[in-house]
Amino acid sequence: MTAYNFAYLDEATKRMLRRAILKAVAIPGYQVPFSSREMPMPYGWGTGGVQVTAACLVPEDTLKVIDQGADDTTNAVSIRKFFQRVADVAVTERTAQASIIQTRHRIPETPLIAGQILVFQVPIPEPLRFLEPREVETRVMHALEDYGLMQVRLYEDIARHGEIARAYAYPVRVEGRYIMDPSPIPKFDNPKLNNSPALQLFGAGRECRIYALPPFTRVESLDFDDYPFSATKAAGQSCALCGSTVSYLDEVITDDAGGRMFVCSDTDYCAARVAAGSTEDAA
Amino acid sequence: MSAHLTAGFIDPARDGARAFRQVLDAMAHPGRIVTLDGPQGPAPCSPAAASVLLTLADATTPLHLAGAHDAAALRDWVAFHLGAPLVGPADAVFALGTWDALGPLAAYPQGSAEYPDRSATLIVEMDALDTDGARLTGPGIETQAFLSLPDVGALADNAARFPLGLDVLFTCGPRLAALPRSTKIGGC
Ligand SMILES: [Zn+2]
Repeated sequence: MTAYNFAYLDEATKRMLRRAILKAVAIPGYQVPFSSREMPMPYGWGTGGVQVTAACLVPEDTLKVIDQGADDTTNAVSIRKFFQRVADVAVTERTAQASIIQTRHRIPETPLIAGQILVFQVPIPEPLRFLEPREVETRVMHALEDYGLMQVRLYEDIARHGEIARAYAYPVRVEGRYIMDPSPIPKFDNPKLNNSPALQLFGAGRECRIYALPPFTRVESLDFDDYPFSATKAAGQSCALCGSTVSYLDEVITDDAGGRMFVCSDTDYCAARVAAGSTEDAA
Repeated sequence: MSAHLTAGFIDPARDGARAFRQVLDAMAHPGRIVTLDGPQGPAPCSPAAASVLLTLADATTPLHLAGAHDAAALRDWVAFHLGAPLVGPADAVFALGTWDALGPLAAYPQGSAEYPDRSATLIVEMDALDTDGARLTGPGIETQAFLSLPDVGALADNAARFPLGLDVLFTCGPRLAALPRSTKIGGC
C-alpha cells in the first residue's frame, strides 16, 4: 500500500475537478468555479495548476514542470517531485517528450503537438478584476459581453504610453466571446495560445477557478485597428548561450560590476540548441 | 450480494483517471470516437456510459435515468457505486438514456448567463456511432469532423444557445464521442 491515493487527491475531489474541467472545455474561456482543496504546498506555488494536473494525470503520463521557462527552479522541482512521489509518473525536461506540461508564466518555445496538455498556474483568473473588484459584477460583465470598459482602459494606455502598456497577462478574446486572462505569460507568448494543437487548461487555486482552451481554438489578443497587437520583445538581442534570435530572453546579471547578458528563458529549448551546436562543431 | 453490484472499477483511482482522460480527449475533440475499457454496467447501460458515471457522478450529482434505463438493476447499481440521487430532467446534472427516452432538451438545466457551467450533461446511448453524418466545426476541431447525430436540428438549436446549453456524450458499447455546446453543426 502507498501512503497516498493515486495523484494525491481523494476520488470525490478528482470527480469534482474533472466535472469542472469538462465544463471549462465545453465553454472555452469561461471561468468555472470549483472547490479548491488544501494542497501540501502554499498558495502561490501553483496549487490550482497542481490540482488540475492531479485530476488529469494517468500512470502512463510523462510530466514536465516549468517555472518561468526553467525546469530547475525550486518551484518546478518540488512540483515535479511531488507528482513522481504521489503518481509515480515519468518526468522529463524535454518539451517534445512530455504528455502533460505544468507551467508558471511561460509557454515553451518548442511548438506543442496534438495530444499534449499544457496546465497553467494562474494567480488572478479574472481579466476584469483591475476594472471591477466585485466578483458578482465581473460575472455580469462576462454574461452580457459588457467589455466596453476594458476597451476604454486599454485605449487610455495607448493615449498615455503610445501603446498598450502590458508586457504580461495581456488579455485575449476566446472564439469572439469570453475575454480571458492567459496568466502572467509574456505577451510574446500570446500568439502560441491561438489555434494550438494542444489542450490548454488553466487552474487558479486561491480564487478557485478553472478555464480552458480546447485545441484549435481562436484566441485573439485585444487590440485596436489603429494599434494592432504586437508580440515584440527586446529588439536586436540574441541568446548569449545558443544564439537564438527568436526565443524569449531573460536578462541576467553576470557579475558584481553590473555585467549582463541575455539568455533564453526556456532552458530546455536553449540546452537542446547548445547540444546540437556543439555536435556540429565536433563533426 | 448480487453480481451486478460487483461491477465497478477494479482500481478506482487509476481506472478512473484513464477513463477521464478518454472522456477529456473526446470533449476536447468533438466528433472523435474514443474507447473506454471499463466495467460492464447492468443492462441496458453500455460499458462506456458505466465508465463515465463511475468517473464523474456521485452523491453530489443528481442523475436522471430515462426510459428503459430507469430499471431496477441500474437503479441498484447507481445507489451502490455512485450514490447519486435519482431525479427528473429539470434537476439533473447527468442524464442517461436513449435519445428518444431523454426527450426534449429544453427539459434539462441549460445554465445561467452568469453560470453557464450549471447545465446538464446528457449521456445518450446509441445503436451506432460513426464518424460520418453531420458536419462539425468549432473549438477542438482543426478543420471539420463528422458524427452520426440523432437529431441535427435539436442539437444545432442547442449550439445556437452558446454559452448556455447542454453538453452531450454519445455512447455505444465501449465507444464514446462528445458534442460540447461550443460545436457548430452543419454548414459548409
Ligand atoms: Zn538560448
